[in-house]
Amino acid sequence: MNLFKLSWKYLTFRPLSTGLNVLLLALGLAIITVLLLIQDQFEKKMTQDAAGIDLVVGAKGSPLQLILSSVYHVDFPTGNIPMNEAVRLSRSRLVKQTIPMALGDNYQGYRIVGTNHDYLSLYEVGFSSGKAWEEPFEVVLGAMVAEKSGLKLGDTFTGSHGISVGSHDHDHHDFRVVGVLEPEGNVVDRLVLTSIESVWYTHDEEEPAEEETTSEPSEDQDTDAHDHEHQNEVAEHADHDHEDHDHEEEDQGHDHDHDAKFHHPVAKSGFPKTDQDRDVTTLLVQYRSPMAAVQLPRMINSNTNMQAASPSFEMSRLFELLGVGIQVLEGLAFVLIAISGLGIFIALYNSLKERRYDLAVLRAIGASKFQLLILIFLEGISLTFLGALLGILLGHSFLSILAAQNEQGIAAGLEAWTFLSAELWIVIYALTVGVLASAIPAWSAYQTSIANQLTRK
Amino acid sequence: MLFQTKDLKFSHPGQKEYHFQDISLDRGESLLILGKSGSGKTTLLNLIAGLLSPHSGSVVLDGTAINQLDSGKMDRFRGENIGIVFQKPHLLAPLDVKENLMMARYFSSKKGQDADELLKELELSNKSHSPVNQLSEGEAQRVSIARALINRPKLILADEPTSSLDDENAERVVKLMQDQATKIQAALIIVTHDHRVKEQISNYIEVKSV
Repeated sequence: MNLFKLSWKYLTFRPLSTGLNVLLLALGLAIITVLLLIQDQFEKKMTQDAAGIDLVVGAKGSPLQLILSSVYHVDFPTGNIPMNEAVRLSRSRLVKQTIPMALGDNYQGYRIVGTNHDYLSLYEVGFSSGKAWEEPFEVVLGAMVAEKSGLKLGDTFTGSHGISVGSHDHDHHDFRVVGVLEPEGNVVDRLVLTSIESVWYTHDEEEPAEEETTSEPSEDQDTDAHDHEHQNEVAEHADHDHEDHDHEEEDQGHDHDHDAKFHHPVAKSGFPKTDQDRDVTTLLVQYRSPMAAVQLPRMINSNTNMQAASPSFEMSRLFELLGVGIQVLEGLAFVLIAISGLGIFIALYNSLKERRYDLAVLRAIGASKFQLLILIFLEGISLTFLGALLGILLGHSFLSILAAQNEQGIAAGLEAWTFLSAELWIVIYALTVGVLASAIPAWSAYQTSIANQLTRK
Repeated sequence: MLFQTKDLKFSHPGQKEYHFQDISLDRGESLLILGKSGSGKTTLLNLIAGLLSPHSGSVVLDGTAINQLDSGKMDRFRGENIGIVFQKPHLLAPLDVKENLMMARYFSSKKGQDADELLKELELSNKSHSPVNQLSEGEAQRVSIARALINRPKLILADEPTSSLDDENAERVVKLMQDQATKIQAALIIVTHDHRVKEQISNYIEVKSV
């Protein structure tokens, strides 16, 4: 036997009171743990996902929505912008690099992002198998998408329109998996990446049916585009026979045309080549110089039909908005902890009244005053230590449930089981509560007069 | 002499002073301290146990003047050398029988008696892991005796150990304490007003309020 065992025996001797106090404290600490974890990981994730993106340019609307949809892929896109405007912007001397993106489709809720290979280098991704897309409808899966969907290299699937599950399927042309990325721990994990052309052609599939009968000009345009693409193909593949054949059957040969353009290499950098008035959804912009941060957003917002939004600015605005909620939660946590501290104090103080004899007996069999002091402190401290451990465990479990239920959302990929050094402070904080709550009972145990206690008849 | 008191004087605040007669005991000797309620016999017990400090006089156990020890040393000395049996068993409820004994062992650095052996001698072997609140009155009192004896004390002090026991148990408890005192060569002092005990121990002093 020793003092620690004895204090433990006393705690387990009153399981209900002990349990209630531990639980109260654990709940308060769990809230703090979750807040700590979310704050740390969220901000880290937010910064990490937005690294290298100075400005996002997209259709007019809410700037926060623009950032959320095109950097973090959570909200709905604000709309599309004409590609020629985007191209014009990308040629500005203030701009170092731009990455165009075409959004708006999903596969089982995972967003399909049409972009170019610059996006891959922006996040410095590595391939766990396969390679980047070369032709339309070739896709690269983020690690999480691959894991959850079970798709492998060479598998095909159909995308759906819209950014959430349940929209109608684009069943005209399947996407084919040519690469799977390594887990990166960032937004890329839950994306299906492909070329902008893939996204365009998916949507073309559905419109021509009406266009063929209603609008002549667009038909012409289509033909022009095909011609242009054929020329490219000639240059690259020198497949004369096939080309000639195509030209002869121009009128009924729509399918063949499609086939041809579908095997045409896509743009790996910059904008896709097209003669049509195509749209892109957003443009990720890197500044050439700090000056651009001052001039470029103002220029875009006042002189064009597009809007520019800065990820860092919008995110700090978002955190400001969330701040109130976080403060309320923090307040609640502190109230819970204070109540549990009070509960522990009352429990110890009450049990001390019942235990005056026990304490006196301990003195009589050789315990010093100081050892009794330690005994009571040990009880308070082991109680709060248990509370701290349970609280941290609860916090992490809560987060893992949150992350598991929000696979495609912004909480996805939150690491529930990484531990922060700040959690050590939670333990220290809890122990402080324990010491404070047991200080008065311990002092009163220290002062117990054994002679009076033991011989009182 | 193993144990001696000399000129012990003590007064509770606002009350008249007690002046106790001197006591001296050798190893294995027993002594009854008799007296009416309020005669000060409990005060004398507290002085002997070092739970109270006398205003004057001395208490010497095996060469140590215990009234001169400071509080911490006194606690340790008491744990190692004085085994106290109370009127009520006062066992620690969260612990089982053997753990109660081992708790007393913890506060002492001396090599004490073997707990299992001691429990066997007190016919408590089969209760060694019982929760103490499931013991009968007599069993509980025997456990408290075992606890007092576990560290091989030089002095065994008992405060009204038989007052809540029936005749059979009372006799058994006193006999046990005598046997054990003889076995470990300790002095035994029993404070009581129970005349049943007088039949077993003839050596006594009477405390009278002066």
